[in-house]
Order: sequence, then C-alpha cells, then structure tokens
Amino acid sequence: MAVLTYRDALNQALREELSRDENVFLMGEEVAEYNGAYKVSRGLLEEFGPMRVVDTPIAELGFAGIGVGAAMTGLRPIVELMTWNFALLAIDQIVNAAAKVRYMSGGQLGCPIVFRGPGGAALQLAAQHSQAFESWYAHIPGLKVIAPATPADAKGLLKSAIRDDNPVIFMEGEMLYNTKGEVPEEEYTIPIGKADIKRAGDDVTLVCHSKTLSVALKAADKLAEQGVSAEVLDLRTIRPLDTEAIFASVSRTHRCVVVEEGWPFAGVGAQVVYEIQESIFDELDAPVLRVTQADVPMPYNRALEKAAKPDPDRVAAAVRKVMYLEA
Amino acid sequence: MATKVVMEALSPTMEEGRLVEWKKKEGDSVAVGDVLADVETDKAVMELVARAEGTLLKQVAPAGATVPVSDIVGWIGKPGEAVGGNGATADKAGGTDKAQRPEPVEAPRPERKAEAAPAVAAAPAPAPARAEGERVKASPLARRMATERGIDLAGIQGSGPAGRIVQRDVESAQPAAAAPAAAAPARVLVIPAGEPYQDVPLTQIRKTIAKRLAQSIGPIPTFYLTSEVDMERTADARDAINASGDGKISYNDIIIKATALALKQHPECNGWWQDDHIRYWNEVHIGMAVAVPDGLITPIIRHADLKTLREIAAEARDLAGRARERRLKPEEYTGSTFSISNLGMFDIDEFTAIINPPEAGILAIGRIAEQTVPAAEGLEVRKRMKITMSCDHRVIDGATGAQFLRTLKRMLENPLAMIW
Repeated sequence: MAVLTYRDALNQALREELSRDENVFLMGEEVAEYNGAYKVSRGLLEEFGPMRVVDTPIAELGFAGIGVGAAMTGLRPIVELMTWNFALLAIDQIVNAAAKVRYMSGGQLGCPIVFRGPGGAALQLAAQHSQAFESWYAHIPGLKVIAPATPADAKGLLKSAIRDDNPVIFMEGEMLYNTKGEVPEEEYTIPIGKADIKRAGDDVTLVCHSKTLSVALKAADKLAEQGVSAEVLDLRTIRPLDTEAIFASVSRTHRCVVVEEGWPFAGVGAQVVYEIQESIFDELDAPVLRVTQADVPMPYNRALEKAAKPDPDRVAAAVRKVMYLEA
Repeated sequence: MATKVVMEALSPTMEEGRLVEWKKKEGDSVAVGDVLADVETDKAVMELVARAEGTLLKQVAPAGATVPVSDIVGWIGKPGEAVGGNGATADKAGGTDKAQRPEPVEAPRPERKAEAAPAVAAAPAPAPARAEGERVKASPLARRMATERGIDLAGIQGSGPAGRIVQRDVESAQPAAAAPAAAAPARVLVIPAGEPYQDVPLTQIRKTIAKRLAQSIGPIPTFYLTSEVDMERTADARDAINASGDGKISYNDIIIKATALALKQHPECNGWWQDDHIRYWNEVHIGMAVAVPDGLITPIIRHADLKTLREIAAEARDLAGRARERRLKPEEYTGSTFSISNLGMFDIDEFTAIINPPEAGILAIGRIAEQTVPAAEGLEVRKRMKITMSCDHRVIDGATGAQFLRTLKRMLENPLAMIW
C-alpha cells in the first residue's frame, strides 16, 4: 500500500470521482486557480477545466445555494468550505434547503451534494476559527455527517459521500491534512455509517472520531503502561451512528469514555452515552464519561488553548475513574 | 495525607459508641474493609471497618473509650506520616478525656428496644451494614452478574464510589457467602408482588377515638385480651417432628408461624400507628423478644407467614444466639410489624407485654401447664397455655383483636388449620 497524506488521499478521491462521473463538480473559494486553500484540489483545474472545478466569490450562502440548486437538477456538486467556521454563513442553505428538499418535495427532488472542508481547532486560530460543529449538523434529520481520522478512511468515505444521493457533511481537519497513512492502491470505498476499531482492547472502550483518534491512541499507550487495555473505536461517521459497533465493544469492555473535540453540551458524546445507557444498561460497570473541549470559546493563548483541548492525560484520568482505579 | 478514622453511626439511633476492642494495632497495615475495632452501639456490638488503606498510624481512642459519632478514633496513612495536623481536630477527636471518665452507665432502654421507624432513617450510615431500607448501590453490570450467579448484593461490600458494588466486587463474592444468616435449607423465598403495605388515612371517628383514648391512658391506649389455648395437638405435632431426627423446633417457633398466619387473615391487627394515618402491612415481620444480659431486644423473623417451620426454627435460633452476643445488625431488629414475648420458660402463667411502637399489638405467651379441664365425660388433664394480647386501641378495636386471637387459638389447637 502507498503511504499518502490525508490531503493527497482526499485529492485522489476527488480526482477519481470527477473522472468517474461527469455530473460531479467541485466548487468553492480558491479551489481552482489557487489549488485550494489547503491544496486539497491541487491539479484538478488543470485536469478537469473550469466547468468542473469552479472558483466562487467569498459568498458562502450564495455558492452553497447554487450547489443545492445544481444538486436538485441532477448534478453532484462538491462544495468546499474553506473551513466549517465559514459555513455558519451558509447554514440556511444546508439546513433549510439541502436537508429538506427530498422530504418537502415528497421525494420528487433529491439533493446529492457534499459540503466539505476542515473543522475543529488547529493552532491558535482563536475562538471564531476553532470550532467543531459535528453535533450541529448531526442534529438535522436529512443530513449525513462524516469525520474521518486517517488518509485511508478519508479517501474511501469521500468517494462514498460523493456517490450518496443525499446531502453529506464531510468534516476534515486542518491538523490532519499533513498526517500520513497507508492507502490501498486499488479502487475502494468505505461505507457510510460504519465505525472501525483502531486498536483492540479489553478493559475500556474509547469512542472517538477525527482528531481525537490520535488523542485516544496516545491515551491507550499510556494506559497500557499502567496495565489497562483500552479499545479505540473510531466512529468515522457521526450520523448515521454505528450503534451496533459501539454496543458490541462496550458489551465486551463494560466501560466507556467518549472523546470529542466539540463542546460538552448536547455534543456527539452525549448521543453516544444516551444510546449506550438505553440499549446496554446492564452491561455497564460504571457511568460513561466524556472528555470534550472545555465549555468555553477556544482561547487564543497557546497554553490556555492546550488546556481547553481534550488530551491523552485527561482521557487516561477518565479511564482510571471508570475502572475505579482512583476516587 | 493521613485519613481519619471516625466513629461511625452504626445504628439509626446511635449518637456515641464505646470502642470495645481494637482489632488492629498501631503499625498494622490495613486494607479497605478490614475490621479496625469492635464498637458497642446503643443496640449491639458492631464492626468499625477501614475506609482507607495504609497503616494504622494511631489509635486516638483507647479501648473502652466512649466516643461521639463522627469524632476521630484513629488515623490511617503511610508509615511515619504525621497525623492530626489540625490540633483542634485532634483534640476534639480524641474522646480521650471521656475515655478517662468512668465507663458510662449503659442503662437498659427497653422502651427503645426496637424503634422500627424507617421514616426517621437518620443520617445515612455507610456500610458495612446498610441501614434499614438503605438502597444497595451497584453498577448495572454488577446487578446483572449477581442475578445470574444467584448472589445477594445486600451481602456484598462495594468498593466503588459511595460503596457502589462494581464488577470486581461481584467477581470476588462467593455465592455461598450470599446469605450468611439464612435459614437452614437454601430456599429462595418467593415474596408475592405488590406493595408491602397500605396507608389508610384516618377517619374522623378514628381520630377522635385515638385522641380520647390516648388522653385516658398514657401515650398508647392499651387494652388486653387473654385466651386460654389447648396445646395438646401442637405438643403432639412438635414431639413428632422432633422425634423424626430431622431438626428440632420449639413451641415458640410454632407460635411465631401461627401468629404470622393469623395476622395474614387479620391484617387489621398487623398495622403501625403513624399519628396521621395507619399503615396496614401486607407483609408479616414478627419481632421476637429476646432477653439479653442488660435488657432485651427484638430480632425479627421477616415474612414469617411465608417461611416453613424449619426455616423459622433455624432463623430464630441464629437470631437469638447473636442477640445474646449483641451481634445483631440494625436491620435485624428494626421493622417488625407485630411482636411476641414469651416468658413460658420462666414458669409465668400469664402476663401483659408492653407494645413496641409503632406496632399495634404484642402477644404475651405464658407457660404450657397441665390443667384439669372438663371433657366430654368427666375431667381430663391437658396441656394448656394462656396468651394475652396487648392492643393499641387507636388501631385495634376489641372485637378485631378478639377475632384475631380466636383464629390464632384455632390454629394452635389444631395445627392443620395453619395450612387450611
């Protein structure tokens, strides 16, 4: 298998899908001439031309709406948002148009569109540019929400997202673009709605997604030194949530900690905890704990920013608590 | 930092405890749950267990000292660690000044012998013995495992936060250790579903009766009903069982069983006076008065109506034995719905017993004596016993008590009636 960056894995997915289906096109700020703000679309303008790779003005609501309209008439747009923070300007088109077209037209219209871009915090981008919005979109019936953590998952899931006949929110990570991983050489897709065990373990399940996968894996390393065997379950898709995989893992380990980048209130982890207690209450030996971003706007100060983010030490501490290893 | 060992409230009404004996010496290492000392409460001798692990650094209270609840009796920590950093705390903690005083008079308090009032559940006394009615905290997994393995969670010490029983506690518990004081054969008692009692609001007439009668005699307007019971058939049945070589039962065991069954037929006598309502119990828990060296205590045969004579006999023997050693747990002597006091073994012909509030009745059992009684032809010598029921008139009226007593008499005169 080839070792690729997350960025290049996404680039491959875009290239392959643009080649496979002439209805697919990419649209967004700086995606064409500049090769993408984060170079995800590098070389695509050259290869597919300006009708398929389209630069837009800085007008998120406008081009999101153009995308929704194009999808309703049969094209398969990929709308790149420079970051998900800017999608706040486009959210009316995403929530009120894309997510509801199929329902409100009684199935006469579809909306096969992908909104994609980096989400969550990077480094010192301050409160307005460091936000993880997974739970906002996962809240909306009609949207699928994907947040892959590895290059291979990113490629396989983006291809599935582009081929899906419904609107898909695809959340990448600025801090993930340069990470490397093995990516299969041959054509493949990864089904939407399937979680993946990234590390097997017996004592506790760490549920994570996107950037918190690396946090969970580091915590699992630390815990292994203390004799605790942690299983790391990467959700990959937030909605539909792979409850089957969650239940299977927690039914074996009987203890669970959910790690996420978002804020605690009504976050992704809150849903995970709800599903667990509703369906496998009798498997639990301890309350399910969550490690989230601190419940504050992200600080700009470097030390405070670090303290606000989930980190392996906080995850390990939560695990020790559910293991009853300390008070 | 060292951890305090405090005098814990080991019974619902305990305000101070006498440290009878230290079970760990200074310098001994202790684990959570280890017995540190025996403590005599107002009711029984109980175990004070360690809540922290480490080394017993200091015995602040010497053996024999009487220490108020929540005062410090010792310290657990790392060897060599300084203790009692806070002088004020340490001073207060000692109870040493008290210790030097002559031992406090342990006045017998018969009137408090079994204040079965779960409503005043007092401060939640932490394990080892959960207070009467205190919920057993266990993780869902621990509950499921215990059910699957037939382990009674009530008998397990939880190691999780606030005494929560978790997986490892169930795993280390032995099913056999589940029911330490259970009756001889391991039989799972099937308690019928439904509420254990009904609260019935007081009618105006009932309120007036209560007030008037209370004014007339003492706090509990008591009246007495005496009945003479022919015990020939009960004696035959008892002798036959005991002759079979399969365990022994006493008259008292049979009386407990019969009383419980009779109460089941007359639930109006199986109630608690609750000041603004009467609680009629659907369950029957018989308190049996046991004389102890400095007073008496009333351990309880729970669900006596549902238990076999064999079970009652084993349980009564165990409870009476531990009562005399003052080793009863609070839940073993609180919460009875009706009581029996038997002085037959002291050759008492008949007597009246004092009601054990909030219960509404108590039976006083006299000796079984050979009496000459009229028979179909001439006279006959038969085993006879006088039983006297003290009734709280606020709950039980004369005719109600009499009907109950008649049922009981029939059962004792013809034991088959018990299974009728």
